[in-house]
Amino acid sequence: MSVVGHQPPPFFHRGPAPFARLLFFVALSLLLLVLDLRFHTLELARQVVAIVTYPLQRLASAPLEGHERWNNYLSSFAALEQENQALRHQQLATANLLLRQEHLELENQRLRALLDMKSRQPVSSQVAEILYSARDPFARRVILDKGAQQHINPGQVVIDEKGVIGQVTRVFPLLAEVTLITDKDQAIPVQIVRNGLRSVLFGAGAGNLELRFLAANADVQVGDVLVTSGLDDVYLPGLPVAKVVRVDRDTTYAFARILCEPIPGVERHGQVLVLGRREALPPAPPEPEVKEKSGKGRKAAK
Amino acid sequence: MMQPMHGSKRILRPVRDWFIWATLLLAVFLNLIPFGRLYGVPDWVALTLTFWCIREPLKVGMSAAFLLGVVMDVSFASVMGQHSLAYVLLAFTASGLARRILQFSLLQQALQILPLLLGMQVVMLAARMSVGSEFPGLLYFLDSITATLLWYPLTYLLLLPQYQPMEKDENRPI
Repeated sequence: MSVVGHQPPPFFHRGPAPFARLLFFVALSLLLLVLDLRFHTLELARQVVAIVTYPLQRLASAPLEGHERWNNYLSSFAALEQENQALRHQQLATANLLLRQEHLELENQRLRALLDMKSRQPVSSQVAEILYSARDPFARRVILDKGAQQHINPGQVVIDEKGVIGQVTRVFPLLAEVTLITDKDQAIPVQIVRNGLRSVLFGAGAGNLELRFLAANADVQVGDVLVTSGLDDVYLPGLPVAKVVRVDRDTTYAFARILCEPIPGVERHGQVLVLGRREALPPAPPEPEVKEKSGKGRKAAK
Repeated sequence: MMQPMHGSKRILRPVRDWFIWATLLLAVFLNLIPFGRLYGVPDWVALTLTFWCIREPLKVGMSAAFLLGVVMDVSFASVMGQHSLAYVLLAFTASGLARRILQFSLLQQALQILPLLLGMQVVMLAARMSVGSEFPGLLYFLDSITATLLWYPLTYLLLLPQYQPMEKDENRPI
């Protein structure tokens, strides 16, 4: 309460009222939320903050990494020997396939050349390590130890030794964020190995996956293996993804409810392979595009 | 600002600014430790922020809450604005209730901190569920309960520098 002509002493100056400040910051936060969710325009700000907090982040994850390394160091000689033996057996078992693969690939190339088909593109890959899973309880993401500096791009596919685990969705200079296939927003085009039925697989929460929009009488059985169909220009065809664990055919619904569980160790840590970008398929017939362009031109001319 | 505690009624030394910022930075560091999807790990930043908003409402307020929220949004890989919105609301409520909460003993204070922290988690939940993220399960709220249990030790720890006398004097009671 100031008397006319007298300012209150500076002791009482506290800036704007708390409620005004609250409204300002809440509006700012809501603006951030909308910008990030609807328009995805905050990637630059995110990059800047990520670079600033990177040293702190690595420092914070150091104890955990150290603990893991120490455990590895202490793992007994016998366990190591056993693992070594198992790996050698596995290598021998797969050697047969690997040795013949080269031969088969050559043969495939020749046959494709004979049939005048487009040859399959070889795909580069990079080994990366999962540093930790992100502490966001609402989504399923993991952080890799490689980023833009190692030429990792958003959209690349991440696999482990058994199949697809997810897709790179955000890249920082030294880290990359992978959205796992079990995330609720993640979709992946698949086909059933047994009969070639194509569909799209969605994350269903709680570490499961769901095949949606398949008719109640669709030919899906428990135990069917789903692999990527490769129709999306992103995933290579034939990578294992999931296995059907439950099929509910309720005739009151138009669609069957098909629950699957991932084949690879999606929620485990370890080393993964980031596949390079697939070459885009030849574009669709150009006629409609030309029409569209001319339409746009007319609109612009108006 | 010197505020008496309920129990001892002793006069505290004024807090140093660098100590507030150091503890908040330490809280950010503790939050960055990758526990993954482990439940019951407290949100250290929220807890420390609540503490300073109640103890020093003139020094730590909504602007600090907003900045810390942005940092947490990036490092938790969540949606931008989710943590900042929740922290700003938390800071507003905590500094508004500061005088009232300080009247109580530490255990009763902890009881009043619990709804504040739960409210913060509900805000985050609402922000994410409104855009169709998955529900993380009721165990998600365990974080606030562990944080509440830490209120008692945390208060002593963060007030420790303020307990120390300016110069040691054997004949003086404080």
